[in-house]
Amino acid sequence: MAVVASPTSLESAPRIMKLVAECSRSRARAGELRLPHGPVATPVFMPVGTQATMKGITAEQLDALGCRICLGNTYHLGLRPGPELIQKARGLHGFMNWPHNLLTDSGGFQMVSLVSLSEVTEEGVRFRSPYDGDETLLSPERSVEIQNALGSDIIMQLDDVVSSTVTGPRVEEAMYRSIRWLDRCIAAHQRPDKQNLFAIIQGGLDADLRATCLEEMTKRDVPGFAIGGLSGGESKGQFWRMVALSTSRLPKDKPRYLMGVGYATDLVVCVALGCDMFDCVFPTRTARFGSALVPTGNLQLKKKQYEKDFRPIDPECACPTCQKHSRAFLHTLLHSDNTAALHHLTVHNIAYQLRLMSAVRASIVEKRFPDFVRDFMGTMYGDPTLCPSWATEALASVGITLG
Amino acid sequence: MQPKDLEERLRMKLSLTKVVNGCRLGKIKNLGKTGDCTMDIPGCLLYTKTGSAPHLTHHTLHKIHGVPAMAQLTLSSLAEHHEVLAEYKEGVGKFIGMPESLLYCSLHDPVSPCPAGYVTNKSVSVWGVGGRVEMTASKFMAIQQALQPDWFQCLSDGEATCDEATSIKRARKSVDRSLLFLDNCLKLQEESEVLQKSMIIGVIEGGDVMEERLRSARETAKRPVGGFLLDGFQGTPTTLETRLHLLSSVTAELPEHKPRLICGVSQPDEVLECIERGVDLFESFFPYQATERGCALTFSFDYQPIPEETLLQQNGTQEEVNYVDQTKKSKTTSCNQEMTSFEINLKEKKPSGKH
Repeated sequence: MAVVASPTSLESAPRIMKLVAECSRSRARAGELRLPHGPVATPVFMPVGTQATMKGITAEQLDALGCRICLGNTYHLGLRPGPELIQKARGLHGFMNWPHNLLTDSGGFQMVSLVSLSEVTEEGVRFRSPYDGDETLLSPERSVEIQNALGSDIIMQLDDVVSSTVTGPRVEEAMYRSIRWLDRCIAAHQRPDKQNLFAIIQGGLDADLRATCLEEMTKRDVPGFAIGGLSGGESKGQFWRMVALSTSRLPKDKPRYLMGVGYATDLVVCVALGCDMFDCVFPTRTARFGSALVPTGNLQLKKKQYEKDFRPIDPECACPTCQKHSRAFLHTLLHSDNTAALHHLTVHNIAYQLRLMSAVRASIVEKRFPDFVRDFMGTMYGDPTLCPSWATEALASVGITLG
Repeated sequence: MQPKDLEERLRMKLSLTKVVNGCRLGKIKNLGKTGDCTMDIPGCLLYTKTGSAPHLTHHTLHKIHGVPAMAQLTLSSLAEHHEVLAEYKEGVGKFIGMPESLLYCSLHDPVSPCPAGYVTNKSVSVWGVGGRVEMTASKFMAIQQALQPDWFQCLSDGEATCDEATSIKRARKSVDRSLLFLDNCLKLQEESEVLQKSMIIGVIEGGDVMEERLRSARETAKRPVGGFLLDGFQGTPTTLETRLHLLSSVTAELPEHKPRLICGVSQPDEVLECIERGVDLFESFFPYQATERGCALTFSFDYQPIPEETLLQQNGTQEEVNYVDQTKKSKTTSCNQEMTSFEINLKEKKPSGKH
């Protein structure tokens, strides 16, 4: 696969990313984001909190786990309680009582998930509130206005999102529109000194469209780039190729945020491909179904096999759940009507993701990332050669061979 | 029957600092397996569901100031896990991640009353998520052996007050059965190495029949129990009112130096009424109920009578105001239990409440 040199970016955009180490084989990087609410080590996994809470845990618990950046959801907050009220509560940080960094999305992704309620035009997205039936227009200007009021440290442009399974002219239309909407967001952004506006690369699964989008958007003066339009229903083969294409054309000195990724294997592979930031509802959502994440995959704790298993979820894990509780107790609690069980698992799963990222970062800094990847795959799949073929290919494309 | 001196054996000691208008103030010392825990009375127990405070992890629970030293576990949530606990061997405290807490095991969950009609001369039933668990005295004690709580409510017949009108016959049966269960359980405790450090709480039954209540109190007091549970006083606010005089008469029969627990009473005003009638320890499920309605507790702890209120009381209108408030709120909220005057409903656009 031809390697295209990553361009360096325009001078005037704020440099929020400091590179600390780079893998000599793959594109993996370790860095530090300098954000208004404190530094954030990368690669980083950002837990997702809908409606200004982390479902299942408090801001204080999240802080205690070492999280220094998490996500707030503009779509839900823009509707309820609304930016005016949040501004009165000293912004989203005050409203959530969260002392560290926040990243808000534009509200665009919900367009795809709740598409029956929405209609996209050049103006913006028109949708009907599920709470009171009112019609609202989410324009690039309005999205930035809401995010300005929320006061998050990183804000996302409003993009025209199409599902990765969609083909045809709609994908191209959405890609060009996203560029125009990026420009409108940049123009509307009232607080570039306090809030970092990220662009979102679109183009679906079409390499040409994506390349065009990359070329255009990297001409714009933004502090960071997200890789969007992936992590939907596409095949993993297509997925990794689009990620690799994107990282090959994005500036090295700015953070790359891969949206909606998620599973441990995907995180490790995409770090190898050159991504720095990730978010996904998976760990918190799966916790609420009784599933605990472990280095070998996951434990479905409601199952009978855990009834008398008196070990913690993970003996290596330092989270409060693993320090205090056994699988057997969690199994019992999961079969009761006490929601505490779900909170225990949410805490553990977030701890797992954060710990994974820490371990990845340490291996990059200590110049042993390829070995780390092999160990990781070995633990997860029994043998590095048994890892899914898409992952093997993706890693091979950046110089990491398994077994 | 010559009762063994439990206090000597278990070293638990209840000392009263003072008694004012029937209210007992004091401490219970030398509690727990290591014998060095203390509880204040009047006091309350931490309400749990399946061994955990509702919705809270250990971490969040301990952000709260003043968590009770003793937690209440319910047999209804734990009985079906008896085998797991037996295999675990180290007791329910450690299993649930509360090894430092004192533990009291009640039969039922005060929030979810169980269906009536399942008590027999030989067994009592509790309801878990998996359905009914029927317990004879031996099964009950086997479960307690696996749990190893510090205190546990003895197997008892609490159904005398289930029907609208208690018959004397039903009240008498509740007392007879409960005493029989108590004697059986005490005997089984003698034979259990593991349960030597646990204390049986005798249960006072008798429905609304004064004679039977007194009999239950006197007879239970003769047995070597660690304390007493006043059962059958729970119900609606109005039914507690009518039973308060019964309560006074019952506690008058009980020894001073053993704790008196009551079940099913957790609202602040009711708690105060019971303290005035010699009750020491209470369940604390009221916060959970308010939570489930989406309400936050907001009430002043200041119960010094203020001039206006005293005047109202003298005019007999104070009581009225309380009841009117309660019934008014029940019309505006759509929850299955009435919101009380001790809380505000956070779901309302502008929460109202009486302070």
